[in-house]
This record gives sequence, structure tokens and C-alpha cells, in this order.
Amino acid sequence: MTKIELTVDGAAVSDDVEPRMLLVQYLREKLGKTGTVIGCDTSNCGACTVHLDGTSVKSCNVLAVQANGRTVTTIEGLADAAEGELHPVQEAFRECHGLQCGFCTPGMIMQAVDLLAENPHPSEEEVRLGMEGNLCRCTGYHNIVKSVLHAAGQNEGATA
Amino acid sequence: MTATQDRAAGEAQKEIGRDRRRKEDQRLITGRTRWTDNITLPGMLHLAMVRSPFAHATITSIDVEAAKSSRNVVAVLTGTDLADTQGVIINAWPISPEQVSPTHLPMPADRVSFAGEIVAVVVARTPAEARDAAELVDVEYDVLPAALDLKEAATDAVLAHPDLGTNRSATWQFDSAQAGTGGDVEETIAKARDGGIVIEREYRQQRLIPAFMEPRSTVVDPTGEQLTMWSATQIPHVLRFALAATTGVSESKIRVIAPDVGGGFGGKLQTTPEEFITFAVARRLGKPIKYTETRSESFLACHHGRDQWQKITLAAEADGTVTGLKVELLTDLGSYNALLGGGTPVLGAFMFNAIYKFKAYQFNVQTVLTNKTWTDAYRGAGRPEATFAIERTMDELAAELGVDPLEIREKNWIRHDEFPFTSVCGLTYDSGNYEAATARAKEMLGYDALRAEQQRRREAGDRVQLGIGVSTFTEMCGLAPSRVLGSLDYGAGGWEHASVRMLATGKVELVTGASAHGQGHETVFSQIVADRLGVPFEDVEVLHGDTQVAHKGMDTYGSRSLVVGGEAVVRAAEKVIEKAKPIAAHLLEANVDDLEFAAGRFGVRGTDQGMTIQEVALATFAAHDYPEGIEPYIDAESTYDPVDFNYPHGTHLCAMEVDTETGAVKMRKYTCCDDIGNVMNPLIVAGQVHGGVTQGIAQALWEEAVYDDNGTLVSGSFVDYLLPTSADTISYDTDHTTSPSTTNSLGAKGVGEAGTIASTPAVVNAVVDAVRHLGVNDIQMPCTPERVWRAIHAHDGDAPTPADAMPHFEADALNQDPTDGAGQ
Repeated sequence: MTKIELTVDGAAVSDDVEPRMLLVQYLREKLGKTGTVIGCDTSNCGACTVHLDGTSVKSCNVLAVQANGRTVTTIEGLADAAEGELHPVQEAFRECHGLQCGFCTPGMIMQAVDLLAENPHPSEEEVRLGMEGNLCRCTGYHNIVKSVLHAAGQNEGATA
Repeated sequence: MTATQDRAAGEAQKEIGRDRRRKEDQRLITGRTRWTDNITLPGMLHLAMVRSPFAHATITSIDVEAAKSSRNVVAVLTGTDLADTQGVIINAWPISPEQVSPTHLPMPADRVSFAGEIVAVVVARTPAEARDAAELVDVEYDVLPAALDLKEAATDAVLAHPDLGTNRSATWQFDSAQAGTGGDVEETIAKARDGGIVIEREYRQQRLIPAFMEPRSTVVDPTGEQLTMWSATQIPHVLRFALAATTGVSESKIRVIAPDVGGGFGGKLQTTPEEFITFAVARRLGKPIKYTETRSESFLACHHGRDQWQKITLAAEADGTVTGLKVELLTDLGSYNALLGGGTPVLGAFMFNAIYKFKAYQFNVQTVLTNKTWTDAYRGAGRPEATFAIERTMDELAAELGVDPLEIREKNWIRHDEFPFTSVCGLTYDSGNYEAATARAKEMLGYDALRAEQQRRREAGDRVQLGIGVSTFTEMCGLAPSRVLGSLDYGAGGWEHASVRMLATGKVELVTGASAHGQGHETVFSQIVADRLGVPFEDVEVLHGDTQVAHKGMDTYGSRSLVVGGEAVVRAAEKVIEKAKPIAAHLLEANVDDLEFAAGRFGVRGTDQGMTIQEVALATFAAHDYPEGIEPYIDAESTYDPVDFNYPHGTHLCAMEVDTETGAVKMRKYTCCDDIGNVMNPLIVAGQVHGGVTQGIAQALWEEAVYDDNGTLVSGSFVDYLLPTSADTISYDTDHTTSPSTTNSLGAKGVGEAGTIASTPAVVNAVVDAVRHLGVNDIQMPCTPERVWRAIHAHDGDAPTPADAMPHFEADALNQDPTDGAGQ
């Protein structure tokens, strides 16, 4: 067991974990952060995407011990849901029907937030390439792409 | 008309047809979800399955000692241990009385019949410890020859289940002459051979994997009077029945809950060995048990779809008027008859004739057992296969005649003034307008301009050629009239149930037997109830997916939830109004006949007196004052058995570019105009079309479950099974024409499967169209660059690779250079 200390969704947490424990397992099993889900075992699907020090990572591809001393943000910490707040990207996914079953959605939203942080005004092509690492089986991506572009449009409105 | 009625008529349109944002989304976008794998109970134990690596083998011994002594392992159980406590996986649709079918135990004790079949289960305190110990279970096998190739298996060369004596499970035929619904197909074909046109083709429907995003998961809690199972299933009610029917546990002691379910597409229309094993272990140990599959396990063991060879013989007169169609299918069941099993191709039996006025028709299917993963329903279930075959063949007929593929279709399709139309299968198509949908789709695509561009590029001999693909599909959906299912030997009915509960505070609970897993029922059913009862959309709570809450249900598949389940909702709501009416009349001191219900209010005709349905609900709750002779109760329920199927249709057009040097294909434009009758929520409908179209495109271009010569699934992960990504796909142009269904009061038709049914042939037709002038008339799916290239160069001779090209590797040599200790 290895002791880790990190910040998850704004809260300082500390645990003893097996060195082999994946970050996604730590989030789900130790912290009950079940908003982040596991969709595959080959790091292809992106359903487990979270932010590590502000950058998107597939949390099945990071060991919990690698997150020691760092800051993790999950879908549950993106906005203060208890206060009824939504992140603009969350709002855009609802507005544009960017989800159906919703299983890929937390990962999609976290990836989209990261994409827009790097490139606030992407073209459709840039959105499609930037979201390529996250799989969805329901939407055919049409409305996911639309959601990200919609959120980007709101960025523009906010900064204008 | 009074002003009140005018306003009511306006408001009655308010919710239905509106693009309401989904009620489901708030929890899904904030991660406040209840997937089965999220559920944790005190003392919960976890399972890991030990699966056969062999396609066909006898189990000679299983040594579980090392696993049992592994850290925090509670039990290791084999098929022998579970024996008859484990129940049996059922086949609900034996398609013929003579169907040959192996017994399907969740965990067999003696022999495995596909790679991935479960032979032992480890129970431990954590999932990781269970998986560690599973590695220590030592199973000895005697490997048996495996029946793998579908056509070869159909000859019984190798038996998938030796004790059955054959792989040929069942045959099923529909013949229009025998049924009295049309002529004799052989006579029609013979006639066409003499002066007419006969098109004979064989198509391959490759094996697909549903690949829902949420891996399957099951939790069973035996620590109460009832055994409660949460499962990632489309069919909680069917599952409860199957558990009770085969394990001896009383149905009344089993509660099945489908919480948030992450997609299904037919893949969760199954009762699975994993569910039964979890149930058996929980009963045996008396502790809550969870099993969640890995994605790799899901690929191996979740049922697959499609997998057919299709022989098509189409007869036509010399001018292209179609006369007869004969269909001969071989379908790969995999190693067992699954829940629908051979019924899946039968669901397509009445759809090969599609929208065309054939005079004679015959459908034949031979189902075949092999040593591969079992197959069953996958989005469209039988109908995509049918639509692909007929739409590809109609293109071939057009090519034979040298006319535009839309022209040959128009010559043969049912005209809008011919509805309702009785097909050569005896089905009554309720409504449609193929002309209108096609005209709209052509306009949206810019069909004529693209044809002109195609002509220019052909004449110029461009390296990249353009093809335009057409699919004018119909489907039968809204499964299904129970009597029809009975006549087809299906083991259950096709009704759906709904109940409406009027709460004292004026809120409304709608309970539906449909079980959504991404479709948006909570939103659409709320819209229907809001309109019918005149209550706010926000005040309707839709409850589903729990057999204790929704005690009756037939669940969600076959594009049935709206057209069958939605109709039950309408009827239950109408009953509420009827029950509330005498109470309202009593309270208003009016005659019942003088009351009119509009916009949620019972009004006394000719006065301004009235009360809302919420006020009636509160008064009924208090029950201080209500008429003699009736109960103080206005809740109501309805079980609706559909009177008939309904028949959505549409025209899908696709423009594909094909690089003739590399075989690479690129989608340039995809346009569709679907007619699904009245649209309840255009936002949700668009989502269903986008997703459905994408799954169909994926069959055409990317996806295939591939087995090697040993029966090992080699496309067993997202690395190898090419699920499309956002970078592979494009944005689509979609629109609708509206021919309301006449078989339900909403005028709605199913939309869940339409896109998948329609799009596959549109794409393949486009690819073939791009290179037809190079001598190509078919490319097997998925149309990979290699297959496209080979099709283009099929007539080039046998030396496609120049002698001086860099060899990848030599036969019988190592596939890498020797390292000679480098790096050590």
C-alpha cells in the first residue's frame, strides 16, 4: 500500500492504495465518484476522462499513485450541481441533445472542456479530431459536435 | 366552437411536437447517475468469471484449490457446484416445432461450445482479488474440432454440438402462393428467364457486435424477503420471468430493476449467463453480489448480431417491372439459440419485398449452430438484413437496365394513393408517401448536380470517383400484436402497460412497462401525459424499469415503446379523465353530460364553473365528498395490445468518394428524409436518426467481428473492432415528411431502428456506384480500402504487388528481425 494525498473536486483526500490501482478505480471505489465511468479496458473509449491538473486524461490510463500531490476534477466537480449550476459545456450538451444513454457523456464533457480551453473557437473539423478519443454509440457524434460548437459560441458571447 | 375549446385545441398541440430538452439529462450531465456498477451494498462480494479460451472442448478437470486459497476469496464455483440451481437460458422463439437446440446452461460442467463461455466463477471481497484468483483456476480441456465457418457448418462437416447430430437448427419458410397472398415464385422466375430479367446475387451480412457503451453489470441482493436484481438490461420483465421459470424461485420473490442503462441496441435484449450466475451465487452465499464485465468480456460473450449469407433471386419483366423475389438465408446462431435466436431473421421475412409491388415472394431461412458467440437481435433485427439485400438488388436491376436507381424504384414502389396497401406477404402497410420523401431527399442532397459531377469525373477518368447511393426503405415496427406473435410461435405477447397515478398535490406519476436505456421516454411520455391531462410537463414523473413499480411490462426493443407503450399511456390517461369526470360533476353540482374536459379542466358547458383535474385529485384524496356507488380513486391503467404494425419509411441518399488507387472511401454527404408519422419530439427523433444512421454506416464501412481458424475472436477490443469515432463520421442532413400512422391514436411510427435499417445499403450502393464503370458490381462489407481496391483490380491479373515492393515478411520466417542480444 502506498499513501497518496491529492485534491479531488476541490476536496483534499488521502488514502492508502495498492500501487496498481488505477485512478478511475480510486475515484469510483474509494471516493464514490461514480459519475466517472469505465467503458473499456484498452484506453480507447474515453468514458473515464477527467482533468489532472487541468488537462484531460483517461483516468484508466493513470495510476492512483501518479495523482499524488495533484489536482483532479471529475464531472461531479465541474460545476456546483448542488447549487443548480451547470458548466456551459454541460448546458450545451443538454441544449443540443448531445447525449442519449449518457454513459459516455461525463468523458465527452470533460474532453470538450479541455478542447475548448486549448482552442476556444474550433472549426467542426477541429472538434471532430479533438473528440476522437471518446467513443459514443448513441448519437453518431452529430449532436456532440454540435454541442461543443454551441459551447464555443457561448465562449465567444462571454468574451465579446 | 367556444373560446375555451379554441384555446384547448391550441394547447393540445403544446407539448406533443415540441422540441423539449430532455428530463433525463440533468443527472446524466452532472454524473449523478445510477449505473448498475455504481451500486454498492454492505458486505457486497464481487465475481470474476473464468472463461474458456477454446471454441469447442470437453472440460476434463477444474482445479480451484489455488484460487480458493487466494487472498480474500470467499468461494470458487463450477458448473458442477451450481448444477440445477443455476437455471437455464431460455429461447423464447422456437421458429419451428422441429427446431434442434442445445440446452443452454449458464455455466456448463462438461463441455464448452464457444470461446468465452464461463466454466467457473470466483467470489471475492474486491473485484481485483476476484480477478487475481480467476487467473489461478486451472482448467484442463480436451479440445474438440470446432464448427466455425457458416456455410461449412451448414453441411454438418463438424458438429458444434455432437449430441444433436446436426448443426441445422431449424428452417422457416414463407411462400406467397401457399399463403394465398401472391403467386408462385418459381413460376415467376422461370417466366423471367424467358425474355425478362433475372438478377441473382449473394450478399454477406457480416457478424457485428452491439458495443453499447456501458458494459453489462448485475447486482443481486438476497438479504431481504425478495431477491432484488439490478441489471444493465433492456428487459427487466422478461428477465424476471426467465429467472422464475427456470430456477424454481417464485416470481413474486424476484424483483428486477434496470436502473440507468447505458445503451442496448438489442445487445441487452437478452437474459444472460452472467445474470443467472450472479443470481445463483447470491442465493447460495446469502450475500449481495456484483458482477461487472470488462469490455473484453463484453466483446466475447455479449450476443453478436447479423451474420447471414443471403441468396437473392429477383425476377422482373424486360421493362424492369419486378415480378418475383426469392430469398434463401443461412444464418449463424452461434453456439446457442438465444432469446429470439432464429426469430431474428424471421423478423426480416416480410420485409425483403420492401416497398415494391412484387407479385410472388418466397422467404427461406436455415438457422445454423456453430462454435462462436451466440447471435441475436442487434438494432433492426432482421430488417436491416432484408433492406440491405433488396436495396442492393434494386440497384443491380437498375444497372442491368442502364437506368437511374431511383427510376427503377419509382417504377415499382407503392404509390401514395394506393395506401393502405396489402403487400405480397399479406401485411397491410398503413400509410406512406415514397414520392414525397424521395423528392425531398433528392432536393436536400442536390441529387441532379451530383449525378452531373459524377458523369464529369467518370469521363475525365479522375483518380477519385464519386458514387451516389440510394436506399428507399420501409420497416415494420411496433412489436407486436400478440396474436401475430402467437401465430409465429413466439413465447410471449406484444402488449404494453401503463398506469397513471394522480397524486394528492396535483403531481402525476406515469408508470410504464417500457424500459428505456437512452431513448428519452421520460421526456416524451411526459409530453404525452401533459397534453392529455392538461398538466404541466414538469409535473409528470415517469417511472419505469423496476418490476415492483412497473409490475407489468414487455420492455423496450423493436421500435415499440412509443407506438405500443405510448398508446397505453394515452389510454390510461383517458381513463383517468373518465374516472375523474363523475367526481368533478358531483363537486360542481352539475350533470356529467354537461361537463367538458379541456386543457386540464372540467368545465360546465355554458358557464364559467369548473375545476382542474388536480383539484379533483386532491378532493379524491380527501374523499370527504364524492358520489355514491363509486370508489374515491381516479388512478387508471391500460394494457394495450397493438392492432397492427406500423410502417415507417424514408429515402436515404449518400454520396461517397472512392480513391481508385488506394481503395480508400470518404463520405461526402449523407441526406435522409424519413416518414415516421407524427413526431412527438423532433429533437429526440433527430438523435435517433443520427445514431441509427451511424450504426448502419459502420456496418457498411468499418465493423466486423472476425474469428480466426481456431474460433478465437480476433476483433475483441475497441482497438480491433472499429467503432466509428467523431473523426470518422460527418454531420448529416435530416428531414421528415409526415404520413400519420393509422394504427395508433398518436399517429406515430417507430424511429429507433429506422436509420440503421436504411443507411447500410445507401452507403454500399454509393461505393459500388462510384466504381461500377470499372467493372465492379459488389463489394463485401465492411467496404475496407483493401476490399474496394481488390474489387477495382479484380480483373487486373494475379500480380498486384510489383516484385520490387518491400516485403513485409516472408512465409515461415520470423515476423521481426532477430535482435541478436541487442539492447541487453
